[in-house]
Formats: sequence, structure tokens, C-alpha cells
Amino acid sequence: MTSLVVVSAGLRVPSTTAQLADQLSAAAARELGLLESPVEVTRVEVRDHAHAIADALLTGFPTGSLAEAVETISAADALVIVTPTFQASYSGLFKAFFDLIPSLAGVPVLLAATGGTERHSLVLEYALRPLVSYLGGVSVPTGVYAATADLGGPGAPKLGMRIDRAAAELATLTAGSPLPRRRQDDFADVTPFEEQLRRLRP
Amino acid sequence: MAGMQFGIFSVGDVTPDPVNGGTPSERTRIKAMVRIAEKAEEVGLDVFAAGEHHNPPFAAPPNPPVLLAHLAAKTEKIVLSTATTLITTNDPVRLAEDYAYAQHLADGRLDLMLGRGNTGPVYPWFGKDIRDGIELAVENYSLLHQLWREENISWQGKHRTPLHGFTATPRPLDGVAPFVWHGSIRSPEIAEQAAYYGDGFFHNHIFWPPQHTQQMVELYRRRFAHYGHGTPEQAIVGLGGQVFMRANSQDAIREFRPYFDRAPVYGGGPSLETFTRETPLTVGSPQEVIERTLGFRDYVGDYQRQLFLIDHAGLPLKTVLEQLDILGEEVVPVLRKEFEALRAPGVPDAPTHSSLVAARDAALSETLSQEGTR
Repeated sequence: MTSLVVVSAGLRVPSTTAQLADQLSAAAARELGLLESPVEVTRVEVRDHAHAIADALLTGFPTGSLAEAVETISAADALVIVTPTFQASYSGLFKAFFDLIPSLAGVPVLLAATGGTERHSLVLEYALRPLVSYLGGVSVPTGVYAATADLGGPGAPKLGMRIDRAAAELATLTAGSPLPRRRQDDFADVTPFEEQLRRLRP
Repeated sequence: MAGMQFGIFSVGDVTPDPVNGGTPSERTRIKAMVRIAEKAEEVGLDVFAAGEHHNPPFAAPPNPPVLLAHLAAKTEKIVLSTATTLITTNDPVRLAEDYAYAQHLADGRLDLMLGRGNTGPVYPWFGKDIRDGIELAVENYSLLHQLWREENISWQGKHRTPLHGFTATPRPLDGVAPFVWHGSIRSPEIAEQAAYYGDGFFHNHIFWPPQHTQQMVELYRRRFAHYGHGTPEQAIVGLGGQVFMRANSQDAIREFRPYFDRAPVYGGGPSLETFTRETPLTVGSPQEVIERTLGFRDYVGDYQRQLFLIDHAGLPLKTVLEQLDILGEEVVPVLRKEFEALRAPGVPDAPTHSSLVAARDAALSETLSQEGTR
């Protein structure tokens, strides 16, 4: 079973961010489905956890369904993340949510964003990609940015092509397992005390 | 004092009372902590522990032995401890001396809990760097452990100037070091450290979900056995806890809510209901506190020390003293009986000075008799 998790940080209903997430989810599921094992898709709507995210930032631990969402993402084989562009970056809620994710080490990640104008399309490169790199994820080369003009008018077919290309890259990276998944367990692999002491000897 | 110890720990926060609007002066808060410790003894509790703090909004002792020595003179029976003593930013030589001196004044009614301290700015005030936190805890305790057990020490480390032929004075009472608990919320290195020395492990068990406590205690017990101190069940475990009680559960919730909503650490965050569900905080009747507390055993096993936090978030002294009355009259006697009945055979009692002296003497006579037969 390949676990695909799609994180969408749109705020309103209907949301263009959610629409883009739907299209990416379908394309990624299709491409991953060409691999050997069946695909299980889990959708995380960040808005559903807004209050819990604020609480978690204050207390230091996520609770309830937010804790489940964090765990689902930590166990994902492939990830699609979609945020609206606010004030020239990812939305604050999107970032606050990722502040609670301990690691994406070795996980292929498809980056996507929506915005009112195509002039913000580099948000994928200067905001999302460094975030994923910091978390140890492997972001796919093709990011998907959808401006208002891409969702309706003549730009729409080109957006579809980018979605397909990004989804295929996501599947290739997932199949190739480019990096070992490091889910370190500090409690299983504790550093023996003699080793801790030895490191301090002059 | 058989079996488990029950007591309270105070972090000494000076928080405005959200109900009456007043903020106690430092003097008032400091004297309140003394009164709370005396009251803890009066109602029959076994332990009073005070935090160490160096910054507002706290009026906890920056050097706990100052308070503990004062309390030693004002009390008769209660064990005095810390929650926590900073092993990172204090000089281990000074810790060895001050705690041994206070141990004499208290006739052995003293132990201590070591912690690293999670307030970053404190480290540079003492010439340290928070990034060295674990290293400092490891090296400083290694030296402190030696200072209490050996004389004429020559020592060299990474974070302190070397020692040559040094003997810490006074020597610990009866030649037995104060018992040490190591406290940590989620650093496996500290559970490992406690296990290595066969010392106690304490989990603060407030503010966080019980899973954190469970995984730390499991690791500590497993490694305690690994280092040959006994079975995992014989490891010495202490837990914190946070309670607010009234005879009627709804009254407790109504009275505590404004304090919860404005409390340091979690104030302005989750609801009282969420926090009660997700962490060990219990707000309700004495019976509810008894049931929840007995449940701690389900995920840490039989343990030796239970400390409650009852005096924070601006609660007035009068209310705190009432909480102590409820603990002493209605909660702790039942917990003592119930935990004792549940306790598996072979689980050790909470260590005290006299039990440590007896264990040392037993080990000595064992060695002597072996030498005699050789």
C-alpha cells in the first residue's frame, strides 16, 4: 500500500486551493497507481485544525484529530502540499501547521500554491521548497502554481499538463525511494551512557 | 514511612490573581511558599519540593538549599526536595557543598531532583550555552556524584576548571549522599543517565500528554535493569501531577477556570476540558482525583513518589491551604491504602536517608563477611 497524503490549506468554501488539491490528488493517485501497490489517499484540510494548531503551538503538543493528521503525514509515502499565497508567502496557518511536523525525511513532496496573480509563482521556489528541504523532504522538480487566469481561461490546459508532469515526477521519486526513510526512534536507540561520558573526556 | 511518598511541588510563580486582580509581592510569595511547606507537613504529606528559578515571574529560590535549610528548622518530618535543581548552570562543587550542608541541618530529610532548565536566557547568565545542556548535565552530575563519594579528587572535564586533590566539605551525612532524582520530559539521555547510576527518575507529568511520561519511564526501567541495579519493576520512579479539588466537581471547575485560562504555560490556549482530557490535570472532586491518580500506575507501573502542583497560576494562599486540607484528609490516605494494596511484591519503598544508610551498611557487612571467609 502506498500512502498518499494531500495537505490543502485553503480557507474558504469553495476554495481554489482545494480545487487544485483535488486535481493534484487525482493525478498523483493515478500515477502512483501505476506502481505495484494500491494507493491510499488521505486528505488533510488545514482549516479543520485551525484552533487545535494554535493550541498546539502554545502547549507544545498536538491533540485529537490534529495529532492524527500529524501522524498520518509523518507516515506518508508521498505528499502533496497546497497553500494559498498570502502577503507574498505561504499562508500563516499553513506554516503554523508545518511547524508541528517533526520531519519529512526522505518523503517525496509535490509543491503547489494558488494566488490571485501569476506574479507570485516563485513562492514555490523561495518559500515552499526551502521549508520542505529543512524538513528533509525531497521536493519534486516541477512545482504547480495556479493563478486565477490558470483556473478558467486559456491557461487551463497548460495547468493540466503541469499537474500531470508533477504527478509523474512524484510517482517516479516515490518508486525510486531516493533516500532511506529515517524514522529515528530516540527511545529504542538511546546513546549508552558510557558513550555520553566518553565524548566529554579531554 | 512505607511504600509510596506523597507530596507537593511548587514552581514559585508570581502570577496575578485573575479573580481578585492582585499580584503578591515577592516577599508575600516567598513567605507563602514557607507556609505551604509547613501546612504540607501538618496535613501528613511526605514531601515538599521547590523549584529553582532565576527570572521573573518566579519567586522560587535561586539556590534551593537556602529555602530548604529554613524549612528544615521549621518542620519535623517532611522530606525536603527540589523541582528542580539546575545541574547545567550550577557549579557541581557548590551543589555538593550546599546540599550536603543542608542535609546535615535537615537530619537527612533532604533529597534533590536534577533538571537542565528549559529557559534559554538563563544559561549565559552563568557563563553557559544552552546547546551544551545535555553535556553539562552529564559532566556536572558525574562530578557531583564523585564529590559526594570520594575524597582527594583530581578531576578534569570539558566545561569546568580542573580539580587537584579536592575534598568537598562537609561530607554527606553519615557518609551517604542525598538521594538524586533525574527529571526530564522527553530527553532519552536523561532517562539513560538516571538508569546508569541507579538513581531515581522523575517525570513532571504536567502540561504534557501521558505518552511522553510512559515512553520515558519505560526507557528508564529497561536501562535500569540493563545496568544491573535490579529488575525494571525495581527502578525508582516519581511523577508529578496537577489537581484542583472541591467537594462538588462543578464547583471545582467553575472556581479553577479563570486561573486555568490565564495560567502561565498554557493560558490562552486549549480549553480546560481539552487540557484535562489530554494531560494528567484533574479538576473535580477528591474521588475523581483519587481515581485519575490511581490510573497513573496503569502506564508507569508501581512507583515511589507522587507530587502534586497546587499553588500556581495566581491561586490565593487560602485556597492552596484548603487544597492541602483536602489532599491530607480525603485524598492521600485513600491513595496510600489503594496503591499499597495494588503494589506488586518486590517493588522497593521510596528511598529515604535511613533506608540508604541501612542499604550501605548491609552492603558493607556483606563485603566484610565475604572477606572474612576468604
